[in-house]
Amino acid sequence: MDIKDIIKPENLVYEKPKLLTDKTMHYCPGCTHGVVHRLVAEVIEDLNIQEKTIGVSPVGCSVFAYNYIDIDWQEAAHGRAPAVATGIARVNEDKVVFTYQGDGDLASIGTAEIMHACNRGENIVVIFINNAIYGMTGGQMAPTTLLGQVTATTPCGRDLDRNGYPLKITELIAQLPGTAYVTRQSAHTPATARKCRKAIKKAFQNALDKKGTSFVEVVSTCNSGWRLNPVDANKWMEENMFPFFPMGDMKDGERDAPDAYFKKN
Amino acid sequence: MGELRLMKGNEVIAEAAIRCGCDGYFGYPITPQSEVMETLMDREPWDETGMVVLQAESEVASINMVYGAAGSGKKVMTSSSSPGISLMAEGISYIAGAELPCLIVNVQRGGPGLGTIQPSQADYFQSTKGGGHGDYRLIVLAPSSVQEMNDFVDLGFELAYKYRNPAMILTDGAIGQMMEKVELSDYKPRMTAEEIEAKYGSWATNGKKANREYNVITSLEMDSAKMESNNRRFQEKYKQMEEEEVRYEMFQCEDAEYILVAFGSSARICQKSVDLARAKGLKVGLLRPITLYPFPKKPIAELATKVKGFLTVEMNAGQMVEDVKLAAGCSNSSVPVEYFGRMGGIIPTPGEVVEALEQKLIEA
Repeated sequence: MDIKDIIKPENLVYEKPKLLTDKTMHYCPGCTHGVVHRLVAEVIEDLNIQEKTIGVSPVGCSVFAYNYIDIDWQEAAHGRAPAVATGIARVNEDKVVFTYQGDGDLASIGTAEIMHACNRGENIVVIFINNAIYGMTGGQMAPTTLLGQVTATTPCGRDLDRNGYPLKITELIAQLPGTAYVTRQSAHTPATARKCRKAIKKAFQNALDKKGTSFVEVVSTCNSGWRLNPVDANKWMEENMFPFFPMGDMKDGERDAPDAYFKKN
Repeated sequence: MGELRLMKGNEVIAEAAIRCGCDGYFGYPITPQSEVMETLMDREPWDETGMVVLQAESEVASINMVYGAAGSGKKVMTSSSSPGISLMAEGISYIAGAELPCLIVNVQRGGPGLGTIQPSQADYFQSTKGGGHGDYRLIVLAPSSVQEMNDFVDLGFELAYKYRNPAMILTDGAIGQMMEKVELSDYKPRMTAEEIEAKYGSWATNGKKANREYNVITSLEMDSAKMESNNRRFQEKYKQMEEEEVRYEMFQCEDAEYILVAFGSSARICQKSVDLARAKGLKVGLLRPITLYPFPKKPIAELATKVKGFLTVEMNAGQMVEDVKLAAGCSNSSVPVEYFGRMGGIIPTPGEVVEALEQKLIEA
């Protein structure tokens, strides 16, 4: 059988989402960003919301997310994506607004903005890429860097007395009454990527249904920052990150009913 | 004749915002301007015009909410006072770099640091020369009455959209807190996305339509050559503002030998100083810059060839005096330019100004 006999529309089982642009991605080979970008593009396509979706890209490796998905985008200052998304969503109630943020952006410099946006229950989606390192600036310690993990600013490993504990921000977010859906996923195998896609789809559907804030953490690899090849990076993530950042839903429903939060008289 | 009211300057900012068809306000409480958001919340404009009012968690968040909403093409604003504006500086730089329209109100208080809650004009440099990082300019309007607090909200938005650039109302605690008669503007409907697009172009991130490429609001450009060309475009825009948007007022300057130059609250005091000086037989006039950027260089340069001296009167350590010196110097004139001011929240008296004029320019 000739290859031309195989490449036929009826044999197509998987294709590039139409919403992914043809720009060559700047991400390193092995990086999780490309996979998650694809999943986000697929979900927007599935839900047919290209014309009403606005993405907010952060500062960090995914600052250029706007180059890759064919929707309107705003690029936020470091950590401020949830505030930018709040601004867009509040004056455009018919739109679906999402932020795409890394761990330095979301869990360090932008802690105040993410906590308050989630606590207000802003009707937005947050995609949180946690790879336990600052990728773009060259592999420095992140708020989610594990104790003992070597980075450019913790060359002897993250030290508790010097650097404090790694931050489980998603567990904190799940406590906030404004959130509808808080989950932690990974996307390093076909099975986990499909699961992650489902989670992202639920998050976007929640925004359409005006259920409150939906927050999807994706535990990710930064093989360049970790100084590992992509296969070893996946292995390192499974062995070191998964025990500390366990997979699964932390909240699934809608934002809290207000009753318990009212003054008594 | 519009509706007449007796109102505080800060309250008027809120009322004018609703009436000019503002889509959203994002702010954080700080003295002496908290009445802006209080008045908005009390007025509940979301029921009346659909305007959104949101108390943010910080000034940092406020200005970034403004950035987001402005990027979607909406007519949005914030207000704060000096320390809060410092916190917003990063966001303002991004808004200028991404070329978005918005209105920022700074009801100044004395600094530096936490300073004082009393009125001051010490943010002149911050407002007119930058404040945040990078080469950018704000359109800066300086009201000297509660009436102008009303008028400049609409004007600020008009200029902000015309140039796709943030505009600032630079006022102070005195004008924010004082009550005066004001003729309120008539209601203007909020602009629809289609009207904004027809009038100002289709740059906004309000959802990619099938008939256009997707829009990106960003101030980032990794290619230096392109970033330089962006900067050149900004500079062209600022040059056009300098040519077309200068606003100022002259008061008894026709026969004047000495010119007081003052803006905002100081200009009100100087009007009285002119009267006091004239009663003493001194030929004194007042030039009041209304736009602090673009600065009225030309009228100052012209006066410099005719008068014996300038005295800038400022509630700071002498900031605008540098611009007056530069402008006067444009005429190759060696006319003296002196400064008098009070700091830390103290407002000069009209008599003090005349005394300073006599000491620094006439007896000198």
